[in-house]
Amino acid sequence: MTVTDAAPLSAAGNPIGFGRMLRKEDARFLRGQGNYLDDIQLPGMLHGAILRSPHAHARIISIDTSAAEAHPKVKAVITGAMLEGLKLAWMPTLSQDVQAVLATDKVRFHGQEVAFVVAEDRYSARDALELIVVEYEPLRPVVDARRALEPGAPVIRTDIEGKQDNHIFDWEAGDREATDEVFRRAEVVVAQDMLYPRVHPAPMETCGSIASMDRVTGQLTAWSTTQAPHAHRTLYALVAGIPEHKVRIISPDIGGGFGNKVGIYPGYVLAVVGSIVTGHPVKWVEDRSENLMSTSFARDYHMHGEIAATKSGKILGLRVKVLADHGAFNGTAQPTKFPAGFFHIFPGSYDLEAAHCEVTGVYTNKAPGGVAYACSFRVTEAVYLVERMVEVLADELKMDPADVRRQNLLRPEQFPYMNKTGWEYDSGDYGKTLEVALDKAGYDDLRRRQAEGRARWRAAGGTPEHPEVGGEHLMGIGISFFTEGVGAGPKKHMDILGLGMADGCELRVHPTGKAQLRLSVQTQGQGHETTFAQIVAHELGIPPEDIEVIHGDTDNTPFGLGTYGSRSTPVSGAAAAVVSRRIRDKARIVAAAALECSTDDLEWELGRWKVKGDPEKGKTIQEIAMLAHGTLELPEGVEGHLDASVVYDPPNLTYPYGAYICVVDLDPGTGQIKVDRFIAVDDCGPRINPMIVEGQVHGGLADGVGMALMEVIAFDESGNHLGGSFMDYLLPTSLECPSWELGETVTPSPHHPLGVKGVGESATVGSPPAVVNAVVDALEPFGVRHADMPLTPAQVWLAMRGRPLRTDLAVS
Amino acid sequence: MQTPAPFEYDRATSIDQAIGLLEQYGPDTRLVAGGHSLLPMMKLRLAQPGRLVDINDLDDLSYIRQEEAQIAIGSLTRHSELLSSPLLAQHWSIFAEAERVIADPVVRNRGTIGGSLCQGDPAEDLSALVCALRAQLVIRSRGGSRTVEARDFYLGPYETVIGPAEMLTEVRIPIHEGAGSAYEKVERRAGDWAVVAVGCFVKLDADRVLDVGIGLAAVNARGFAAPEAEDRLRGQPATEEQLAAAASLAAQHCRPQADQRGPEDYKRYLVGELTRRALRRAIDRASRGGA
Repeated sequence: MTVTDAAPLSAAGNPIGFGRMLRKEDARFLRGQGNYLDDIQLPGMLHGAILRSPHAHARIISIDTSAAEAHPKVKAVITGAMLEGLKLAWMPTLSQDVQAVLATDKVRFHGQEVAFVVAEDRYSARDALELIVVEYEPLRPVVDARRALEPGAPVIRTDIEGKQDNHIFDWEAGDREATDEVFRRAEVVVAQDMLYPRVHPAPMETCGSIASMDRVTGQLTAWSTTQAPHAHRTLYALVAGIPEHKVRIISPDIGGGFGNKVGIYPGYVLAVVGSIVTGHPVKWVEDRSENLMSTSFARDYHMHGEIAATKSGKILGLRVKVLADHGAFNGTAQPTKFPAGFFHIFPGSYDLEAAHCEVTGVYTNKAPGGVAYACSFRVTEAVYLVERMVEVLADELKMDPADVRRQNLLRPEQFPYMNKTGWEYDSGDYGKTLEVALDKAGYDDLRRRQAEGRARWRAAGGTPEHPEVGGEHLMGIGISFFTEGVGAGPKKHMDILGLGMADGCELRVHPTGKAQLRLSVQTQGQGHETTFAQIVAHELGIPPEDIEVIHGDTDNTPFGLGTYGSRSTPVSGAAAAVVSRRIRDKARIVAAAALECSTDDLEWELGRWKVKGDPEKGKTIQEIAMLAHGTLELPEGVEGHLDASVVYDPPNLTYPYGAYICVVDLDPGTGQIKVDRFIAVDDCGPRINPMIVEGQVHGGLADGVGMALMEVIAFDESGNHLGGSFMDYLLPTSLECPSWELGETVTPSPHHPLGVKGVGESATVGSPPAVVNAVVDALEPFGVRHADMPLTPAQVWLAMRGRPLRTDLAVS
Repeated sequence: MQTPAPFEYDRATSIDQAIGLLEQYGPDTRLVAGGHSLLPMMKLRLAQPGRLVDINDLDDLSYIRQEEAQIAIGSLTRHSELLSSPLLAQHWSIFAEAERVIADPVVRNRGTIGGSLCQGDPAEDLSALVCALRAQLVIRSRGGSRTVEARDFYLGPYETVIGPAEMLTEVRIPIHEGAGSAYEKVERRAGDWAVVAVGCFVKLDADRVLDVGIGLAAVNARGFAAPEAEDRLRGQPATEEQLAAAASLAAQHCRPQADQRGPEDYKRYLVGELTRRALRRAIDRASRGGA
């Protein structure tokens, strides 16, 4: 059976294989019966709360905890000084830096952790925070990343011996000389500065942990909101020095992650310390403001792009300089040797001769983070850069941006394609996908209507000086074509702190033919319990309702680094297919023994080994399971039972791609933008459960509208965080989202056992540039070539007047 | 979960009892109705009242009814009831227009007109609305009731003339037969506070403006109103030129401040543009029989 054939249906009506089915997990979620971290109550459990810094940069003169300790319900108050004694004041980050668990010498961002209170209940813990007296000596903060490296800038990381500036790293990729050479001979060179502002993943469930240290056994059990329980187990062992075999991490149901729940936060460590100190389990759950202010943000890339081309629009090269704002501690989560993540996939979907990027990371007085919000390890920033640069080029050449893309997209015969910065794209038919999207949008008709609208606006007297004429609106059309590299990753190419990114997977088929699949990856709402059951169903013919997917408990699942960067299906999905095939091979031996024939005489049909030429004779997988656990004599050296385990090391990333088209309406009298249409044609190879894929695309498109039009964390000149609640940090609602128009093309990955590619982040990566391109296109009559996100009404109005904002700073 | 500071709680069973509790416990006591302004501030610990008096059971404060040439609205009337009221729709389209862009259905089902007005948020849509219509507000205390003009109700941001043992009980909206009204709001996202919002009513005598009221939200206009623009327009022909002149005065006399919703010049510009739009639509309604 190929993956495009419709799968037969089980007795319960589910596809035995790929196809649409309702999610197995939804019954409990829709009934409010999920088991999230904050639902967990343990006997004797205490509650923690964190005192946070009101300053962006200040020296700590003194901390007086005596009044808090006197609170009748307070069990412990922990400060940085106490942690220093335990050598726990600082913890390693995922980027070879350290981060303060509790501040000792000074605070380095607004919202940084200063003290931890453990009390009998959450209210008392929070009340006691107000009894702690901290004396600060405010210091000048570094707020503007573009001034972080100026001589005389305050040095943030005085804890690092000899540190005289705020520089973290310089990193480059691509061929500098070849790129410079291409730029020297190019007929056209266009440059553009752009900011991908600091945004936040803002999962519905905030981060938290319950730590329970058993003083008798020395066993630490931590229930944590983590996307990567196994990685956390190893890190706990490294951070706290607790032997790894005595650490158990449990991820219960997770209410959204988006990269926000990859790293270890000070609160997690403090819950452990609190449990050690008090001898009780300690729960710490941050509130919404804490989540927005202190946990992993995303982006904050200040980019300078240059594109070189011929006069006829053939792109020759791309050159990029990035200033990366990493906040006060370098805590980004990505494969260790890539300090800018996968940003160097910025040549995108285009056939060009040379490309080069330089990235400089700097410290600022802001929260740490940077790799989050479904960014595919900064492919998001890369796609935004290249898709804006293509538009800038089209604007310069007065060409239709669809034509520029048609002329430059990689051609099918070029795959597998080694791009100019070292990525081997596995498969693609980009031109086809673009045309499907353009057709679906009715692109030519849209352009005609746009021209008519502009003509009406001009005829009514519309000019840049007098944009409001009789209520005439202007249309904008934006295209984005993205290629992602997801499924980290091959051991030969990447690791995180020395840990390879191969995924374990175990499958047990019980005597009655029901199965349990054990995974290292961690669902946060993606529907793993359904998708992975469908993979096993596809391979073995066991109905998905008969397959239990087990994940989220390090004591019960094999090792693997978790779910982020759209890696679950590319890596663990492949592992699930491979482990199923091992079972299938073993089942063949059992069937042959039972049927008293050679394994060569058997052929597979879904769910059954049958005798070639005598199809009535055969054994179903369920029959084989019972036989494998029974008394049947198996060939010499073949063990009984029907279990298998694998470790899957992906040979390459998978490279999903897509063509997105956004149509916006601009009210030139107010600067308001409305997204009228959004067409998204994705190619992620075959779709295991198309409904789940579409749901993920819907969510990602909403993310894109949010980032393009409203989401940003800005800071005022004192370094105050200006997005600490959902009244200030805006997320889109259904009213900002049009009815999504989805489409697909199917180009399988040649190296994945199922041909599938990751898709969880495609829409989040691909949609922001489509929206921004559409808004900038609507502003064509005003001569606007670029304006930074978020394109709020004020930002659009200012762009119309030639003076767009620095959106990362306070509006003045 | 965000946790408020400790507080005491009473649930009032009558207006007099609620006022009695306010008197008994002093200025540290706050009334809570829908709770959609006060409770978030308490959870952020920006507000830490020592005691809440819950007035949600005071059904006699929930009504919309015509009393001669006025519409009387009880202070516990929910946004959703203002949005769907046939009586308000018959006389003032501005109510449904404004309510449709206030927060979201969940908030509108719970939040009340009294709570919205008493919160005194500078960006409150209903403040601009009642000031545009020159409503009167009825305030009760133990000694009886007093009535203040909506435009005199506000002393500054989050500050009203209501004393510690007083309670807003009713909003009285004048009815002008044949008048037209409209509400215009620019927001960054549905449910956000206004960048700028403008509400107005216009009463015509043939093509001439007989009376006009203009309310402004989120720009620190005194009394949430634009009296200079109203004075400029009253008695003039309802032409585009006159509207533009009035709108320009409204923009000139408000006092917007820059924040993450936009710089001062943009907000001032929006006051002008939205005033023109609102007046235009109100005049159109007035010329077609009103509402």
